[in-house]
Amino acid sequence: MKQLSVEHLLGIKYLNKNDIDLIFDTANHFKEVINRPIKKVPSLRDITIANLFFENSTRTKLSFELAEKRLSADVINFSANQSSVKKGESLIDTVNNILAMKVDIVVMRHPNVGAGVFLSKHVNAKIINAGDGTHEHPTQALLDSYSIKEKLGSVKGKKIVIVGDILHSRVALSNIFALKLQGAEIKVCGPTTLIPKYIESLGVGVETNIKKALEWCDVANVLRVQHERMDINYFPSSREYTQLFGINKQILDNLGKKITIMHPGPINRGVEITSDVADSDQSIILNQVENGVAVRMAVIYLLAQQIKR
Amino acid sequence: MSKKVLLNSKEIEIILHRLACQLIENHNDFSETVLIGLQPRGSFLANRLGNILTNDYQIKNINLGLLDITFYRDDFRRREEPLEATNTQIDFLIENKNVVLIDDVLFSGRSVRAALTAIQSYGRPLNVELLVLIDRRFSRHLPIQPTYKGRQVDAINEEKVIVHWKEIHSKDAIYIDNK
Repeated sequence: MKQLSVEHLLGIKYLNKNDIDLIFDTANHFKEVINRPIKKVPSLRDITIANLFFENSTRTKLSFELAEKRLSADVINFSANQSSVKKGESLIDTVNNILAMKVDIVVMRHPNVGAGVFLSKHVNAKIINAGDGTHEHPTQALLDSYSIKEKLGSVKGKKIVIVGDILHSRVALSNIFALKLQGAEIKVCGPTTLIPKYIESLGVGVETNIKKALEWCDVANVLRVQHERMDINYFPSSREYTQLFGINKQILDNLGKKITIMHPGPINRGVEITSDVADSDQSIILNQVENGVAVRMAVIYLLAQQIKR
Repeated sequence: MSKKVLLNSKEIEIILHRLACQLIENHNDFSETVLIGLQPRGSFLANRLGNILTNDYQIKNINLGLLDITFYRDDFRRREEPLEATNTQIDFLIENKNVVLIDDVLFSGRSVRAALTAIQSYGRPLNVELLVLIDRRFSRHLPIQPTYKGRQVDAINEEKVIVHWKEIHSKDAIYIDNK
């Protein structure tokens, strides 16, 4: 039976390997669809989707909105900074008011960890987590794995290093869960202050030397330093961070092999990665963006399939 | 449960050649024509016809594509079993071409309705024809009729037409199954 084992997409940790395979197989079809002259299918023409973004986002929001429109769903958008949330309305009230307008699926980004899980227990709609605080960002991890699979043929047995601010990164956590499920080897690399204390309990190696990490890996997924989530100084200066953990062309050229560079965006050019690396043929950053639409179409399609009238 | 042979492999072979000749009659050298097999089951028929046209009637450069209609179906979320998509392979434009949609069995006409919508994603065809191997004529839900048909069958709704292709079932045969 080709169906997801979950009713909502709240995090990768709730999925199994079959779910990921099903999402990728479905995404393959949608990737073909979005490369046609007319990039739209009518599957979800009687489904309404609300995009609730309680935290800023550009590419995730655009990517979800485009995926929804390519599936012919009706879309409503909501940003917390222009809403009654500012007037003190609770999350459940906000969402229930939106659901009273007959919404079937809610895509939500929220600064609080577990907001999606909380919502899924209290409202009657499919919930897709588009990032909850420092917890999970499942669609980003899915599109990252999908892009690795597309570039290298498979994820199993590949060596992947996640570089940067692991502590505050929902992308890192979701990626670790997704890559582990698919049998990849993972290391994290960054300042010790930005690596969670018990990260090794997830079966992940820790490396604090960027050159050693890059020599070891097949793929480097480089994360942004999230200044907005930092309440204290985790490292002395951006300049020092760049000197110790920044990836430039010279380091890559001295490796003796061609590794693949990924970045979930937005890029701080010249901080975690230089422009010539971001724009090189080793980088699959723009493929990630394209695959993001196909993967999100697949997730929405598969969840919508479970909605019975 | 009884299974009756409707067509054997020899009869299917004769029908395929007749259909190929009818196509040639209407489409000459096929320079402005594209053949589109509906996935998954119409692809065997489309490929077989393509081979006959190329090998037996020396028609070169036939544009043959396969179209998946899963995302265009009208029974999404209304079926017990989830729909499973297959690949679409159309690496040419169909703008201003004569399109021949090819499927094995024409039953309710809903697949063809979906295909008519799906094909528009690749351009505006000049005209669209429909070729089917088996036309179950009293079972239509929509006003859709084939342009070319292999055999007409007056099966009742409970009966099932089963098409076997030698590519997957070791021999060609068409059965009627009444449960």
